[in-house]
Amino acid sequence: MPSPATAALRGARRGADRIAVTLLALSVILIVGILVVIVGNIAWHGVRTVTWEFISQPPRQGLTAGGIFPAIVGTAALVILMTIAAVPLGVATAIYLHEYTPAEGLSLAWRRFKKSKGLPGRRRLFTRFLSALLATITRSAVANLAGIPSIVFGLFGLGFFIQFIGRSIDRATLPPVELLWGQGSLLWAALTLALLTLPTVIVATEEALRTVPHDLREASLALGATRWETIRRIVLPGSISGILTGAILGISRGAGEVAPILFTGAAYYLPYLPERVTDQFMHLGYHVLILSTQSPDVEATKPLLYGTVFVLLMLTFLLNLTGVIIRSRTRARLRA
Amino acid sequence: MSRRFEADFGRGERRRLIWNAAMTGVFSVAGWVAILFIFLIFVFTFKETLPIFTDPEVREEANLYKFFFERQDGPTLAEQFIWQPTSEQPKMSLIPIILGTLKATFVGLLFACPIGVAAALFSSEFAPARLREVIKPVIELLAGIPSVVMGFFALIVLATWLQSAFGFTYRLNAWNAGLALGIALVPIIYTISEDGLTAVPRAFREASYALGASRFQTAWSVVMPAAAPAIFASFVLAFGRAIGETMILLMAGGNAAITSFNLNDPLRTLSATIAAELGEVVNGSAHYSALFFMGTLLFVITFVSNTAGLWVIRRMQIRMQGEKA
Amino acid sequence: MRATSTFTRVLFAGTLTLALACGQRTEQSAGGESRRTKPLTIKGSDTMVILGQRLSEEYMKKNPGEVVQVTGGGSGTGIAALINGTVDLAQSSRAMTDEEKSKAQQNRGAAIVETPVALDALSVFVNEANPVKEMTIPQVADIYMGKVRNWRQVGGPNAPIVLYGRENSSGTYDYFREHVLKKADFSPSVQTLQGTAAVINAVAKDRNGIGYGGIAYAKDVRAVGIKKDAASKAIYPAEATVADGSYPLSRKLFFYYPANAPERVTTFVQWSLAPEAQAFVSEVGYFPLR
Repeated sequence: MPSPATAALRGARRGADRIAVTLLALSVILIVGILVVIVGNIAWHGVRTVTWEFISQPPRQGLTAGGIFPAIVGTAALVILMTIAAVPLGVATAIYLHEYTPAEGLSLAWRRFKKSKGLPGRRRLFTRFLSALLATITRSAVANLAGIPSIVFGLFGLGFFIQFIGRSIDRATLPPVELLWGQGSLLWAALTLALLTLPTVIVATEEALRTVPHDLREASLALGATRWETIRRIVLPGSISGILTGAILGISRGAGEVAPILFTGAAYYLPYLPERVTDQFMHLGYHVLILSTQSPDVEATKPLLYGTVFVLLMLTFLLNLTGVIIRSRTRARLRA
Repeated sequence: MSRRFEADFGRGERRRLIWNAAMTGVFSVAGWVAILFIFLIFVFTFKETLPIFTDPEVREEANLYKFFFERQDGPTLAEQFIWQPTSEQPKMSLIPIILGTLKATFVGLLFACPIGVAAALFSSEFAPARLREVIKPVIELLAGIPSVVMGFFALIVLATWLQSAFGFTYRLNAWNAGLALGIALVPIIYTISEDGLTAVPRAFREASYALGASRFQTAWSVVMPAAAPAIFASFVLAFGRAIGETMILLMAGGNAAITSFNLNDPLRTLSATIAAELGEVVNGSAHYSALFFMGTLLFVITFVSNTAGLWVIRRMQIRMQGEKA
Repeated sequence: MRATSTFTRVLFAGTLTLALACGQRTEQSAGGESRRTKPLTIKGSDTMVILGQRLSEEYMKKNPGEVVQVTGGGSGTGIAALINGTVDLAQSSRAMTDEEKSKAQQNRGAAIVETPVALDALSVFVNEANPVKEMTIPQVADIYMGKVRNWRQVGGPNAPIVLYGRENSSGTYDYFREHVLKKADFSPSVQTLQGTAAVINAVAKDRNGIGYGGIAYAKDVRAVGIKKDAASKAIYPAEATVADGSYPLSRKLFFYYPANAPERVTTFVQWSLAPEAQAFVSEVGYFPLR
């Protein structure tokens, strides 16, 4: 029989536990609350500005009136180009990492090689080790690419794409002082953003490839298909929804980034829509930055600012939500 | 084509094999892309920094000594370390800017770490599965807010609320920027910590219950320490993200490059300085190289901290799931 | 079905190549084929950006088919872009230095033409609730250098002075530093904002704030009278005091462009100096050239 002292202690502990768990739950409530407050505030002030005119008209009177149509077009064009650049490359990299490199980790590959002294197949184990080494370095490179600050991507876009590649093209094709490729444009901004979203696409694609059971690949190879044919007919069709998720998440991330496009092509105000890849462009996120910090009339542009933020937020949320839904549906289907 | 190739295989088969070899080549090249670009990013960011080390004219205005050690005359720290690159005698001390970056990161982590870990702990140990399926998307939505929107919110709304609540002299200060930054960091800490916590084997928990521990005692004293590497890694990755964050700090930090430890003062970070000043520099000038130097510094710091964090996570994955993870 | 993936990739690659090719071809086409004329790009002073935009709007109305594109960023940004070769015309609220002019000449292959297009009164602003109505230039300088930190030292309430200013890319920043601070440095605790409107807005919302900027942006704040020294009379910024030069901080607003600029640039600049364009200068809030 528990003594009164033990029972009291247990009760006290239960009480203390309840307080502790409540505190933990409060942190979750706080987070949800923060999200609600931010989105709510933006929606409350922004929704009245977002009319059909707002979405379809260009800005007028020095950005203090009118709409954000060119910014929407610019963002869309940028995102499309970015996707064209990032998705095939990201998928290809993920396929390389998953299909063409050994499954064991680096240390295991090394140990197997060391233990095989004097045995046949040693050279092959060495090759596998090198392959595993390359895969590890590549994975590490992808992970590091994901961690690079977005402003550094902007610097890279300026220093490599614009100053190095762009100017070289110009010096080779145009008269001396003229610039066409050596300045900010949709192309360079899109490529810079593509680099930024590459890790997202690679990781999501790898995850998708992992869901295809290994047996299917082995069966295909056993029937005489080449590795490429296996990928093309078995692996890719089976992982297409995961790849789509990765692409959509990458797009939603890229649509919201502003730092990389500050010096690679975003413009404050253009009286025309971008028509070629060498054009500069207006951009929703950049427009938010400009209206927040460089507005010619802070009070007049506040409703427009809220409207732009609302549109941008809804856009990224929609994309994000779509990606998340597809991903959870895929996972649910697999679990079933 | 070698004769053996033509002899052994029929025409259709040859074509399939050639395609296979070609695509293997394509994929192998793609595999190098990530490595190539990390390398290129470092090279090209560092390349524009080189004049600081090689060009005597640039070196006069901007050099490593000036960045870190140069002191002006003056009684207070704020008067000794100054960043005024367009002054008559350009002052290129990075100290106020680095200090500003650290202040914002500090406040951000101060807010995000406890809240992120607490939420992760609740989510993995106490929340019913249904609730977990709701919390995760909410966190993902929070993560999906673009940083420019976060910066906007902090500049227009949060700063006013904080000023009315705490009576700050300066509306835009380290608290404002740090809080907004912290909100953006919570998803990172939550996601990785939660992964680490759920990866702790059930046996740990069951053994603890068997010994008579309560649910909270198990969660706090058994599961969390077991997931400590993941939690620590999440802090490190959040640190890397905070150091490099640009928009939030550009819009909500006040942009005063002042060497001050006071969190009520405005601040200026490395990335905000680059974003604000790169537009006005002439290619090849000392100021230009100094800004690229800041970029290289950011690259190196985040590279080191991310590699460390990811290495810890990898070690943890291997420990939990065996060599073939 | 998976054959589509190869096909889709080829399609993407083809579209990209086509897009690139279009970019090249249209630029090189000898006139008739181009769908629109090359835009006149103007960049620089945030002080002047509202003027530049107004002028360009009216110019485009008068000359349909012409495209003018105006960006801000600060005088320093415009001048840097002029030197780097990425813009046709730079707006600046301060004069270019000789060093900048020679660098630009080196890169652009022709001398830089400096054209004043309007006059401005650089004003010092305080919150409307602030009782301080006039200050001497040395007082303003001491405030912005951080030597004077409390409003009561200049005749106001006992409250800390909160400094707002511009980025160091701003011509207004440079002009202020040269003519008010006499080339000394700003206090590091000045909160730097990206545009005059932002500075004014901050001062309007902060009872203890002080800011500086072009008079055209003044809204919900009060411009203080400026005295050259304790003995002089306080002059308030207005068209009359700028015209006769009695306001100590009157300045010219400039257009800069290389002498070998294409015709679209020189036509625009000449139009801006005509009486009909100078009328818009007044509308925007600056003062026309005499």
